[in-house]
This record gives sequence, structure tokens and C-alpha cells, in this order.
Amino acid sequence: MAAGIQALSRSIREKQMSRVVGARSPAGGRQRSQEPVDGSESASRPPKPFLVSRRRFIGYLIAAPTLIAAAEIRTQPAAAAIATIQPVDEYDLSDLLTDAALPTSNLITVEVHPDGTVSFALPRAEVGQGITTAVAMTIADEMELPLDRVKVTLADARPELLFNQLTGGSNTMHAIYTPVRVAAALARSRLTNAAAQHLGGTASGYTIHEGVIRGPDGRSVSFGELTRRAAVKHTARMTVALKPAAQQKIVGTPQRRIDAHDIVTGRKSFAMDLSVPGALPTMVCRPPTINGSALAVRNLPAVKSMPGVTDVAIIHHDANVPGGVAVRARTFGQCIDAIRALEVTWSPGSVDGKSEASVLGDLKAAELPLTPALPLTKSLEEVLTFQFRPGDPLEPNCAVADVRPGSAEIWSSLKSPIWAKEQIATALGLPLDKVKVHVAQGGGSFGRHLFCDAAFEAATISKRMGKPVKLMWHRTDSFRQGRCHPMVTSRVRIQYVGQNVVAFDQRHTSVATDFTQGLGELITATLAKPPGQNLLQYSESIFNLTANVPYNFGAATQLLNEVYAYNTFNTSSVRNVYSPEVGTATELMVDQVAKAMGQDPYQFRRAFIRDDRMRAALDKVAQAANWGRPMAPGTAQGIAIHNEYKGRAACVVEIDCRPATVNRKVPDAYTGPRVTKATYVVDTGLPINPLGLQAQMMGGIMDGIAQVLSFSLHFQDGHFLEGSWDDAYYTRQWNTPFEVNVIVMPPTTGEPGGAGEFGVAASMAATACAYTRATGTMPTRFPINHDGPLGFTPMPTVPPIPQSPTDGLHHSD
Amino acid sequence: MPSHTFILNGKRVNVDCESDIRLLWVLRDILGVTGPKYGCGLRVCRACTSHINGRAFNPCSVPVGQIKPDDEITTIEGLAATVGKELHPMQQAWLEFDVAQCGYCQPGQIMTAVAKVQQLQTAGKEITDADLDEIRNICRCGTYFRIREAIKAGAAAMHSQPPAPTSTQAQRRTVHTRQSGR
Repeated sequence: MAAGIQALSRSIREKQMSRVVGARSPAGGRQRSQEPVDGSESASRPPKPFLVSRRRFIGYLIAAPTLIAAAEIRTQPAAAAIATIQPVDEYDLSDLLTDAALPTSNLITVEVHPDGTVSFALPRAEVGQGITTAVAMTIADEMELPLDRVKVTLADARPELLFNQLTGGSNTMHAIYTPVRVAAALARSRLTNAAAQHLGGTASGYTIHEGVIRGPDGRSVSFGELTRRAAVKHTARMTVALKPAAQQKIVGTPQRRIDAHDIVTGRKSFAMDLSVPGALPTMVCRPPTINGSALAVRNLPAVKSMPGVTDVAIIHHDANVPGGVAVRARTFGQCIDAIRALEVTWSPGSVDGKSEASVLGDLKAAELPLTPALPLTKSLEEVLTFQFRPGDPLEPNCAVADVRPGSAEIWSSLKSPIWAKEQIATALGLPLDKVKVHVAQGGGSFGRHLFCDAAFEAATISKRMGKPVKLMWHRTDSFRQGRCHPMVTSRVRIQYVGQNVVAFDQRHTSVATDFTQGLGELITATLAKPPGQNLLQYSESIFNLTANVPYNFGAATQLLNEVYAYNTFNTSSVRNVYSPEVGTATELMVDQVAKAMGQDPYQFRRAFIRDDRMRAALDKVAQAANWGRPMAPGTAQGIAIHNEYKGRAACVVEIDCRPATVNRKVPDAYTGPRVTKATYVVDTGLPINPLGLQAQMMGGIMDGIAQVLSFSLHFQDGHFLEGSWDDAYYTRQWNTPFEVNVIVMPPTTGEPGGAGEFGVAASMAATACAYTRATGTMPTRFPINHDGPLGFTPMPTVPPIPQSPTDGLHHSD
Repeated sequence: MPSHTFILNGKRVNVDCESDIRLLWVLRDILGVTGPKYGCGLRVCRACTSHINGRAFNPCSVPVGQIKPDDEITTIEGLAATVGKELHPMQQAWLEFDVAQCGYCQPGQIMTAVAKVQQLQTAGKEITDADLDEIRNICRCGTYFRIREAIKAGAAAMHSQPPAPTSTQAQRRTVHTRQSGR
């Protein structure tokens, strides 16, 4: 998503009011605004320097034995009605508006502990994107505290936060940066005040260094020693000023992940690693075709008596629970044995009669018409096809659930935990306050954890069996029954006269993307539509907010249409949603037009680019990557740009398509062309943690490479053929570039934009462009190896999962 | 029910369970050692990579009945102890390059890297890009490039490390099977 969630909802409202939704009005096609989708500054207005000013913000001190400072998650600058006290660190509680009955349940809180640590429960999901580190940095900086003294945990589901506990659209830092700073600044301010009261003098004479406050006379006192003195008896609302950007010492500097030590020692605990009493391993025998339902088990007694097995139960397929036959056992290995032994009668699935060709035919039939061609123009036009591809992280879909007669407790990596809590409570017939939903650390997500099907399924099974369960999806099920990025076609037509582009049209046609959970929660609220339905309008809202043409191409139209109901295929808003395909189709055709005009791809882009931030990123990447350097035949550079998440990105890759590289042999692997070098420039407005940003971009590059060259699902006879990581070719070490250089631009807007998904679109487009230039032929079907001979033998669908090998000792190395 | 015994991270353990249960589940579900991760159960993703007698292997693909009483199994939890330090040089390199993102695959990545470098160094070879290309561990976050950088740095640091003490020199304590279920 381009915009932060707040901007998203605002923008949706505006769009609903101001224009007819494009895909519903094929006649003519509406004109798209040439303004960036995120509404940030236009080219004519130079980027502002740091926006962080001495504006005051509203915060709260919460009545507690130790200091707790808080802020509303949608913090606004202080209104005139709130008393403003100057200077920053001097105030008297009597001057403040105090009200013991202030509604504080919707606040986020920074707590100062007697041991000198500060804790914060982040109402978001950490799935590897580094937000816990960025938030800890923000708090440490604002409070003048060493980074390692800030402890960031993940908050349980908090329904009172309404739509503010959704992790999606790379929105976290944009949404939470200021509220976190407000709470931290208030805590620092209050501690300074308490130090002055304790040691004498006025707060303005005090300085803070590494969590210790020093008075004018040199005496000092630590945060930990002060927290009880700084605590308040009555909750108070007050205003506070934030540290000026120029005084920030940690924000903007490269910092390593706060959980790195736990990770390298194996201590980081994911949902699968939790030790919940009685929660025995549980797996589900799943249907042979997508979305089938278990009707009967023909050998129930035999399976129930297998070693280790405690329970076997049919779990019916419904909107939220994929289902099948659940097996609970002492070990997951015994679950696998039982699943393979089960003889199950299945109902047909939701796509049994379909094939890749029939889906493609349906997409073609649903494509919205182009606007009439302009007279006296030349045009280039092509349809690009992008296959289904897997959407799961490495950590399997998993959840722990303990459902009892009057209560339930659930642990899972959840990006929309409020939705999960409310829906699961309803399904279990329990009051909301009797269902505890804990957000576990996630082993990757890429959009997958916007869906809580693992939590829902675990709760259903636990209730059915009357016992706690630790549910894990088998990897093969994740590929075959899990959520994927939908198949999509993208028609692009560019019309030009001489050296000028006068019109750009794009018609994106996709198998429906499921937005019913997660992002759909937000859109549902905004559009006031009943939940559980996935209207084309939802998808269009996301598409309209993200698709953009980053060039001055005259009249531009970009329209989406979808086929099938949202739950026909199991899809999700996979990392960067529509943009990788929208951007790749666009940039491939941009190269074609540049070629037709006899222009260099970089210079052409530079001439037509829409704003200065993007031009700066493009120039930087061209210079850093040594754009235009001589390349051997069969190798080439490719260049591409992308505008989203209030940021700008530009990428250059070098690819080697020579036979010696393409035909490399690695056992049970796809080698193919290799991206040998990637250079990526990213301007996020305000980089909080440049090191974390670099990591996110590198990960996005690996996705972009895979999505062009190798990573897809083959759909046949109602199911996907891929069943393991050796079938679905995500980037592996033998596909990894030898050189990766990520450049983070200095602050441009003063506000942090999105990072987690921002590395995908430009790198995918650059890889596709490089491949085209290296081979002299533009591919129209992606990934490029999809139509070749299948590189693996598909596993059977009955039993649905393979047995683990037994020859591991013969393969030790 | 058969009884199994082996040395896990320097300590002798005894487990009562069926012999065909793969070692990964014995470690995770019975002994509560959760550093080795499940990512496929097919010896493909390598997220469970651990060491048996100093060599990398995948416990998802070894029935516990094949483990002999004197076999020394080392998981990520026991790696540092093999060099008698708080962290193994490869773990240090992982911190230095801030390799991890979500971290799920990284225990397996580190165990693979250590075995790979030890194997090369025993043969008197330096690690090359071709060696790095042989590593099969999946990282869905795409940290591959930083993994390559960290392994090179970790390999250099391992050169200067004294040889690893065997677990017979390390403290041994018998750990009994943890009962679970209700």
C-alpha cells in the first residue's frame, strides 16, 4: 500500500466521494491523477527539511506505582484547548488538565521500571521487518537511554485500539513513530521534573545521558531510581514537545536488530516453540484438491490406535477454517504417520474443473477495454502474464490454542489480531473478554499473517477435541492449500509522437485477491460494508491507492478487474500486492518505447520522471551501479524505478544469461540466468534504521529476482503441483547475486515511509528489463521458466503429505 | 516402548519413544530443544540443520533409532560450548553483519556454515563463491547475501580459534525425558 493506514482510509473516502470507481466503468476509462498516490509533495514543491518542529503533542501520564507515559496512537498536535507549558522540561502538574476518568484504554504506553529498563508493548506484528528494533531506537533516542535498555514486546489483541493494530501496507513506522515519541518524550520530561524535585533546582538545569539525569551541581539520579517518584496518582493529560531532529542521536543511524542475539543462539521463540501445557502437536489431513471438505473417515479406529495418537476429528471446511481431518499426537512425526494412514472421503474442491489455460481464458475475457487510441500516434502494446506463486514464509502456518468451556487462549503470529479475536470469540460462542489472543513472533509473513486461518483452525480443533493443541501446517499443504499470489495479466499500451509519450494505459486483470481479513477489516470499516464479503471495490481501493505511473506520460489510465469470488482460490495480499506486476509490466514497456525512440533506458526515464525525489534516486542508482558500462554479450544491465509507501526506489541489476551460467547443474534445483549484481537506492523520507532498511531491500531484491526467473506454482486438475522448496524455486544461494549494494538516501520529508515491501517492485522490474536486454527478447510470461519442462516429479495428492526421509545420516556433510 | 540415549549438547539424554520418530521431533516435541526448526520435514529447507559428531545433518530425516549411544548431537543451543565461549565465531559474524531478519532459518544457516567451513579448513581450503553456492538452506526473508558475507568473516575468525573440545571434556549431566500431554 502506498499510504499509511490513516491516509489509506482517508484516501478511500475521498475516492468514494470524488470519482466513479474505474473498473466499473469500462467505457472511456477515467483519467488518473498524475500526483503521487501518497499525496506527498509534488515536483514543483521542493522537499521540506525535517518536519519535526517544536509543535507540542498531547500525551498522558497514567496513574500507577511507577512511571507510565502514554499517547494516543493517532497523535495529533496539541489543540489550543490544552494548556501548553514552556519551557519543555518545566511544568507543574497543577497546570495540567487532569481527569481520573480520562479514557485511556486506547493508549500505547511507555513504562519505566525500577531496574532502569523501559518497556513498550508494540501493537503490531514483528515478522522480521525490524519494527521492534526501529521502535526501540525511537524510544531510546527520545529518552536519552541506551538502546539495550528498551524492551519491546508484541501486544496481545486489543480490540479497544479499533483499526490500529493492523500490520500491513508497510505502515507501522509511519503510523507509530510520532505516538511512540510523544509517550517517550513525556516520560523523559516527567523524569527530569522528578529529578529536579528530588535533587533541587529547576528542571532546565538538568541534563540526561544514558538513562542518568545529572543536576547543575553534578549530582545524578537514574531513571530506575526515579520511576516511583515520577509516578502519578491521577491520570493526567498534558502536552509535550518532541526532541528536535537535529538532536536525535540514534534515529537515522544503523543499528543491529535487538533480537539478533536471541536469534543466533536459538533462543528466539516462535509460536511453534512455545511450551503451553498439554498443547500437543496437531496437524490436519487436507483434501486432494483446493478447498475440498472431509465427509467421512473410513478407518478411524485404526488411526486412533496408532502410536502416540490421542485424538482424530473431522474439521469441516468453512470461510475461516480450511479444515480436513485433524490429528493430535505426542510428536509431529506421529501426526504425519497418522495423516498418511487416514482414508478419507472428500467433497470436490472449489476449482476442480479449472486449469491454468482456463483461468487465463477467464482473465482474458474479463479484461477491461482500453481507451480509444489517439489519432496520429504510434503505439506499443503487450499483455504480460504472471503465474500463481506461493505466499508463505518459512515458518509453517501455526498456532497454539487452548479452548476451555468458558474461555480460550490463543498464540499465533497475527497481523490483524483484533479481527482474529472478535471472529474466533464469535465462532466459539464466548464473550470477547474471555478470549485471550497473544501475538507471537513471526517467522516471516509477506502478507500471509494478515490471515488468521491457523489460529481459527487451532481454536476449532481445540474446542472439538476439548484439549489444547499446537497446530502446524505441513509444508506441502502450505504450497498446495495455502494462500498464494493470484495469477494476473497486465496489458500495457504506450502511445507516443516523436520523442513524446502522450498516453499510457494499463489493464490489470487478476484472479481475485482475498482482502476479507486484515486489510479488508480496514476497508470494511471505511466503506461501512458488512464483513466477510470481498467486493471488487475492496481490491480496486487497494489497486487505486498503489498503482501509479511514475512518469509524465500524458493521459494515464490504470484499471483493475478481477475474476472469481474471493475464496475460489486461496490468495492473500502477498508482499507489495499488485505493484510487482504493475511495475514490471510498465517498466518493460518503458524500455520498449525508449528503444523505439532510440533512447538510453536511464536517460529516457530521467527525462519523463515526475518528481525530484525520484530523479535523485534514479541518478544515484545509475551512478552507483556504473550504468552503461560495457557488458559482455549475453549479459546486460536493467534499470527500473518505483514510487510507493511515501518513498522512492530505483534499482539496477546486472544479469548473466550466457549458456555456461544458465546451464549450471545443481542437484534438484533450478539454476538458469543469474543476477550477478544488484544496486538499489531507496528514499523512505526519514530512514529510522538504515541497516534495517538495507536488509528489507535486500530481501525484496531476492523476491524480485525469483518472481521474474523461477518462482511460481503450476496449477493442474484442481491443485497446485509444487509440494516442497525444491519444487517451487524461490531464490537460493546459487541464484544470489555476488554483489548487492543498497543505498539509503538521506532524509527528504522528515516522516518515515514504508520499508517492508518496498524492495520488490523495482528489483523485479529491473531484473525483467535486464533479462530482456541480455537476450534481445522481451518475455511475456513470468516467471520465465514456468512454461519449460517441469523440473520435479509432483508428489501424490493422496496421501496429501510426503513421509520424512530416513536416510539423513547418509547425507551428513 | 524402546529407550534411546545419546549425547545432546554435551549432556547425556535418555528418551523413551518409538524408534522411527525422526530426531527433529524427539528434540523439539519430547526434549523441548527448539533451536532446530521445521521448514519442510523433507531435508530440503535445512532449517533443522544440526551436527552429529561434528558434521552437519538434518534431524528431520533421521529416525531416532539410528542414533547411537555415543553419538554427539549438537544443536544451535550447544554450538558456543564447542569452542568454550559465549558465542561461536560464526555466531559473532552473524551479529557483526546483522544477518537475520525474522530469524527462523538462521539457527540452521549457522550450523550449516560452521560445518561447511570446518570441512573446508580440514581440507586446507579457503571458502569460495562456489562453496557458498552449494549451501541449500532456504531463507525466505532473502538474507542470502549477508549470509555469504558473514560466512567469509566467520571462516576467517574460525582459523584463529583453537580446536573444538569434544563433549567428553564438557560437563555431562543426564537429562530425562520430559513428559507432556494431559
